[in-house]
Amino acid sequence: MTLAILGLYLMLVLAVGLYGHRLFRGTGEDFFLASRTIGPFILLMTLFGTHMTAFSLLGASGAAYHRGIGVFSLMASSSALIAPIVFFFVGTRLWRIGKRHGLLTQVQFFRERWDSNGLALFLFFMLVTLLIPYLLIGVMGGGITFEEITRGQVPRWLGSLLICTVVSVYVTAGGVRSTAWANTFQTLVFMGLGAVTFIVIVRQLGGLRTALESVDPTLLMHGERIPASMLVSYTLIPLSVGMFPHIFMHWLTARNVSTFRLPVIAYPLCIAIVWLPSVLLGVLGTSEVPGLTGPAANSILLQMISLRAPEVLVGLLGAGVFAAVMSSLDSQVLSLSTLFTQDIVGRFRLGSRMSEAQQVRLGRLFVVLLLAATYLLSLVSNRSIFRLGVWSFTGFAALFPLVIAAIYWRRSTRYGAWSAAVTVAVLWLYYFLQGWQTPDYTVGGSGLMPVAILLLTSSAAMVVGSLLGPPPDPELVDRFFPARSKSS
Amino acid sequence: MKTIVVSAVLLALYLLHFDFWLWQRPELILGLPVGLLYHVVYCVGISVILALLLYTAWQRDLTAE
Repeated sequence: MTLAILGLYLMLVLAVGLYGHRLFRGTGEDFFLASRTIGPFILLMTLFGTHMTAFSLLGASGAAYHRGIGVFSLMASSSALIAPIVFFFVGTRLWRIGKRHGLLTQVQFFRERWDSNGLALFLFFMLVTLLIPYLLIGVMGGGITFEEITRGQVPRWLGSLLICTVVSVYVTAGGVRSTAWANTFQTLVFMGLGAVTFIVIVRQLGGLRTALESVDPTLLMHGERIPASMLVSYTLIPLSVGMFPHIFMHWLTARNVSTFRLPVIAYPLCIAIVWLPSVLLGVLGTSEVPGLTGPAANSILLQMISLRAPEVLVGLLGAGVFAAVMSSLDSQVLSLSTLFTQDIVGRFRLGSRMSEAQQVRLGRLFVVLLLAATYLLSLVSNRSIFRLGVWSFTGFAALFPLVIAAIYWRRSTRYGAWSAAVTVAVLWLYYFLQGWQTPDYTVGGSGLMPVAILLLTSSAAMVVGSLLGPPPDPELVDRFFPARSKSS
Repeated sequence: MKTIVVSAVLLALYLLHFDFWLWQRPELILGLPVGLLYHVVYCVGISVILALLLYTAWQRDLTAE
């Protein structure tokens, strides 16, 4: 039964993704940006599905198992506040600039804004380096879930292979258009199934109040389980959405700037809908499956389903987890393919400019190659790779001052951007080597996460580097601040 | 003036995230732990306030091009 449901789900995703292919116009801009025609609802679902990974859903329950309901404020409501504000202050501005200058990638934007090929190349390598572990986590997480949910009938390698194959087929078929349709479907699936799962399990436990009264009361309050400094640090992590290449790509697909209105308004509600059941089930799991330690708690959601839900729901929950995995994986791999196609091959290719058909062909080739490479890497990686998740977010969040300076600060220069990028690279590497083997590593055990230090120093480096260097070319600045230049 | 008001609203929203007055209270209200209920209501509040900002102070920023 479980296998049949999972198979049916994967076929449905393929069908929805291939429907996107029917609308494909065959051009490079359509493959990478859906010709900038995506409407409000699809944009909301795509942004949300891309941002929320299976890692965050299963990880939320695992974290709540150890730390209680405070996890909601730590990870969910901080994103509910910061992410939509970034969509408004960064996303809408980048959409305007992207449309005005015909930009396709984040790296193109930074290259043109600060007129520096070297900086663009450096940022390209940083973005790719930070995104690859994230891809790997998705592929491995999907395979592990497949194995656990089918009780070993589908081994991890086969589960990961199925996920990579399905994503590869629909992304190569219709590019970001197929991705957007498939993401919308999958986001609705994991939002809906989360709610259904929660209701079924809570009924089995005799109602929410009864179930909550049986757990340790210290898990029902913030208490001492989350230090205040950690809570403050965590509010900085969602700034990473401002620098994710896959979020940038989806922003540029918007039909017009008013398309952003629905995502900005509805994002906090979507977060509450998904995270409330995840956190509560994690807390309730402490009385159902006591004694889990460390990362073992990340399987609490799956264990609760096995214990308390009918088999049909096990298959549906598996489908929900794959929905979360694939809705992030497809966008991440497509954004990397866009970066490779446009910023490496397109930029450094000898001879004439690529035709539209060549761009699409190359984009497809990179999607397949990236997924194949990620899959092979996932076979030789061990579970310690999951610790890289928060480090990936930390790196992207620490680069946030670059995009803010690029959009809002006329005096910012390539020297400032170089200073900030190099500062992030050095400090990120330093803290990573110090703490990646330590779960919940904080600076000197203070509760302060490295993201706070990195963000502060990269902001300072941006300002000092820009002010110490020569001012930027006024013509270049006027290209990116046209309204101001007219009035001055 | 508009910038000051909007900044104050956003700062207030950020500060309201830190509900330290509920950190030691495990009681259930409407079936949920009060600290969790607060943050669910907080998410709804963010949504409402962002909607108000989009239709008032930020209206011109979302004019279609």
